[in-house]
Amino acid sequence: MRINCPICGERDRREFYYVGAAQNVARPAPDAGADVWNDYLHNRENPAGRTRDLWQHESGCAAWLVVTRDTNTHEIFSVELASKSEEATR
Amino acid sequence: MRFSALRVLKEGLTGNKGWGPHWRDPEPKPEYDAIIIGGGGHGLSTAYYLAKNHGMTNIAVLEKGYIGGGNVGRNTTIVRANYFLPGNQEFYSHSLKLWEDLEIDLNYNVMHSQRGLINLFHSDGQRDAFARRGNAMINQGDDAILLDREGVREMLPYLDFDNIRFPIYGGLYHPRGGTARHDAVAWGYARGADQRGVDLIQNCEVTGIDIENGQVIGVQTTRGAIKARKVGMVVAGRSSQVAAMAGMQIPIESTVLQAFVTEGLKPVIDHVISFGMGHFYISQSDKGGLVFGGDVDFYATYSQRGNLPMMEHVMEAGMTLMPMIGKAKVLRSWGGIMDMSPDGSPVIDKTHIDGLFLNCGWNYGGFKAVPASGWSMAHLMATGNHSEYASKFLLDRFRSGYGLMDEEGTGSQHNLH
Repeated sequence: MRINCPICGERDRREFYYVGAAQNVARPAPDAGADVWNDYLHNRENPAGRTRDLWQHESGCAAWLVVTRDTNTHEIFSVELASKSEEATR
Repeated sequence: MRFSALRVLKEGLTGNKGWGPHWRDPEPKPEYDAIIIGGGGHGLSTAYYLAKNHGMTNIAVLEKGYIGGGNVGRNTTIVRANYFLPGNQEFYSHSLKLWEDLEIDLNYNVMHSQRGLINLFHSDGQRDAFARRGNAMINQGDDAILLDREGVREMLPYLDFDNIRFPIYGGLYHPRGGTARHDAVAWGYARGADQRGVDLIQNCEVTGIDIENGQVIGVQTTRGAIKARKVGMVVAGRSSQVAAMAGMQIPIESTVLQAFVTEGLKPVIDHVISFGMGHFYISQSDKGGLVFGGDVDFYATYSQRGNLPMMEHVMEAGMTLMPMIGKAKVLRSWGGIMDMSPDGSPVIDKTHIDGLFLNCGWNYGGFKAVPASGWSMAHLMATGNHSEYASKFLLDRFRSGYGLMDEEGTGSQHNLH
């Protein structure tokens, strides 16, 4: 698997650290309540198919990235900076 | 049909013409007392113990593929009870006891081989941690022996003891640990359930879960609607999809764990060896293949094949531990989809929907749990109460933070286990 970092270009998967679902970017307000925080920290859609997840280009530019890809085929559709993702601007 | 030495002899002398199918291939009935979604190891053992322990025989197991085609036939077959935390300890201890009686109970040769499991350590700190774990295992009533370097050398002389990064200081020896023939475990439970009247329905994918006023009333399948007021979801890597049919999001991420097997060799590795620091473990199958694996691929996936970086890492770890392995040729590799929970421990619990039960979160350790998982799930589905062996595998522990079982001490967070 190769990931096309918007800053560095296409790099080997080994340069990237996987965090999990892209909802990791959408941190709730501190007083949002236990259920909201439980959903944020633990509960996942975990789709078989198209997914969005959070990676860091750990051994490259260290940018946080949201990758849209397919969990059945490992095809990657798009890679964007996490700061500009829809999850960050929710 | 009962298996016995006499029967094997008789069939051998008469052309093996008397063997029949081990289970029926029934049409689904319109209604059952209970339905198990998932005909893997855990689903089959749940059905078996529902029938055997609780007398519930009007039940069905719905399997979207074929019996034994999922993770129960894709794992590395290791059986052990070397857990540390209350909650896990009593559960895996019970499971190992069930394993020890399994062949007689099922009248089926699952080739359970208690060849002993050795977890290696490489520093003083790790030795202390393993001594503590060994004491916890002994307190639970299981067996553990702390081996020093020479003790390990006596049993495993072919390891690289003076590796500069991971010199071997010793190992925690668990004599009752070992392996079993994984396909036979699925077949034995399937046959045992079938003999007690359970319908095993293959090629039957569940497409919907019917709920009325907060009570489950049945499922929709590719072979029609089936009614039942008790439904157990026992689908491992596919738990998120099935739970979504009941409108639930659960704390599971699915990742792939790879395994590898070499060509058949003469007996060379007599035990199960676990090299935790290198993320590598190995045993030798009865056919002679070296069966080994490492860590998950660490990203969400449903493809039952792994990526090359982890494959390379596993091979490197194997070469680090036992350089002789470099002479063996890898025959096959494959992957299974792991239902990873945040704290690395499973869930056997009710849901907020009456009659709907959840069994998931086995991470990369589901095979050894097959007997006790089915035992406990059956207890829960039949009585509505948690079994004494699985009273702490609660779904709510993630929300409340109470009763988390983080065996590795890395934190309750996805991607850390």
